[in-house]
Amino acid sequence: MSSCSHRLTTVAAILPLVLALGACTPKQDTVKDEPVATVQTAPAAGAPAASTTPAQSQAQIDAAAAAAAAAAANPLAALDDPRNPVSRRVVYFDFDRSDIKQEHLAQIEAHARLLVANPSLRARIEGHCDERGTREYNIGLGDRRAQAVRRILMFQGVAAGQLQSVSYGEERPAADGHDEAAWAANRRVELVYSR
Amino acid sequence: MSARPASLVLAALLIGGVAQAGIRIEITQGVEGAQPVAVVPFLWEGEGLPEGRSPPDLAGVIAADLARSGRFKPIPPDAQPQAPAAAQRLDAALWRTAGIDYVVVGRVAAAKVEGRPGLTVRFQLFDALRGSQVLSYTLPVAGLEARAAAHRIADMVYEKLTGQPGAFSTRIAYVTELRDGDVRRYALVVADSDGENPQGVVQSVEPLMSPSWSPDGRRLAYVSFENKLPQVFVQELASGKREAVSSRSGVNGAPAWSPDGTRLALTLSSSEGNLDLFVLELRSRQLTRLTSSPAIDTEPAWYPDGKRLAFTSDRGGGPQVYEVDAAGKGTRRLSFEGDWNARPVIAPDGRSMALITREAGQFRVAVLDLARGDLRVLTEGRLDESPSFAPNSSIIIYATEHRGRGVLAAVSVDGRVRQRLALSDGDVREPAWGPYPAARQ
Repeated sequence: MSSCSHRLTTVAAILPLVLALGACTPKQDTVKDEPVATVQTAPAAGAPAASTTPAQSQAQIDAAAAAAAAAAANPLAALDDPRNPVSRRVVYFDFDRSDIKQEHLAQIEAHARLLVANPSLRARIEGHCDERGTREYNIGLGDRRAQAVRRILMFQGVAAGQLQSVSYGEERPAADGHDEAAWAANRRVELVYSR
Repeated sequence: MSARPASLVLAALLIGGVAQAGIRIEITQGVEGAQPVAVVPFLWEGEGLPEGRSPPDLAGVIAADLARSGRFKPIPPDAQPQAPAAAQRLDAALWRTAGIDYVVVGRVAAAKVEGRPGLTVRFQLFDALRGSQVLSYTLPVAGLEARAAAHRIADMVYEKLTGQPGAFSTRIAYVTELRDGDVRRYALVVADSDGENPQGVVQSVEPLMSPSWSPDGRRLAYVSFENKLPQVFVQELASGKREAVSSRSGVNGAPAWSPDGTRLALTLSSSEGNLDLFVLELRSRQLTRLTSSPAIDTEPAWYPDGKRLAFTSDRGGGPQVYEVDAAGKGTRRLSFEGDWNARPVIAPDGRSMALITREAGQFRVAVLDLARGDLRVLTEGRLDESPSFAPNSSIIIYATEHRGRGVLAAVSVDGRVRQRLALSDGDVREPAWGPYPAARQ
């Protein structure tokens, strides 16, 4: 399976949550990219929807039980389970910064646990920037962001051989716009797994 | 992660002379009082024109070149008082009365050039005020490359009238990006300086970046992510043959060809994990490290003497421009105005440096006078980047944004002439102005 499909899965998994939370998108002409921007500007949208709902329906409880059973049978199913923090594979950054924000620490540590528990699992750490600044300098900044995530993963015991980092600078934006929301969505590190 | 699906490689590339959508040039600001000049349509002499071909419009190409410089205002043929094919037939008084100081006339004939069908182009530049001929040449044109001949004539006329060499016979490399559903299609393209004759150098569904010309204009170095990792390639334009010259672990970026053509300055991940500058000797593949700060050191640019390089570093907190000698010694900071300066490039005449500076949150092209040290902001965009000097040092081409799309723009170093170069579709960026053709160096 190609690593690209995982990235698409991430977007696809987030989209229903964003819609469920009633987030509205200002423009509809870039359907694919807007959800990512919305996720960034509304951090809550990335949290597991089930846990923020006080009264779970029986169907949801059943689904959770099924997911847990699936995870036990196949630990990698966690990657596709929206209730599991490893289903969130994007880490966001402030402008011109590469330090990991507090809100992303637990998420990265969950990825570390998954990688430590599954030594055959490999992950690419892809660093990205917004469009501001010069292109090769942004390659440097994206590299610094990828290294920051890599350091935490390795500090948690992930073997270097499981990880490969690459910086795309501003060359592969997640959102196409030229505004604050698009920039925020594009300053990121994506974890792309291959199984 | 060493194994990669073969299909990715197959899908990523299509190399060769692929025709590309050309760029359209629009002059957005010309010089006040541009000099009137007339290029009379060249006379086609005799037969011998290959089947299906109309006589080449050399005059049209020459006039367009002169107009693009912003210094001349070509008078269209229907406003010209006569249509002589040679200066001897030219009535100076008629042109003076029409307010036209200079007139270019010429004739074209089929001829065998180097044993192949070609053209002979004769042209003269006439000074109507003095009533005298100031330039007269006969050019053999191999392979019916009439446009190339027209650019050479425009260069000669421009140099005669301005005292500065023209840069019309040069080419420009740039990167295009087209969206095709979810797929981004990147292409590295080389076109004539007037945007005509665009040829695809490489295409990929993964990013292409940072084209750099070899000083002889025959090869390009660039960054390609076609293998899902950045690699620096060197490609010969005529044959399409290419080679990955840097595929190290981590970043391989920002190639810059040394003026003597033997080395590439590169940005690589150092063993400490940050980005530093290196110089790769192309023949021996020997690598020399130039910088070793824990910061991001990148965007190297050679001085024309090949002894020093300017570069971007954020060793002082934010990005600023520094220089270092080719042995990695004598590092000093060059930019002091403003809190954000990057991506230096040195003019071929060595007198000035263009860079990107941030003022009030906007990224703009500025020129630093290397003797006086003063910084002059030349552009007014929001996100201007990738400045590149024409080989005559008088014009800077750069990437900017127009109505939400990436376009190229050019500005004369004195700020008086501005042009916009737009693709018919998609984004265009990272222009790199090529050198003079090898024969002229």
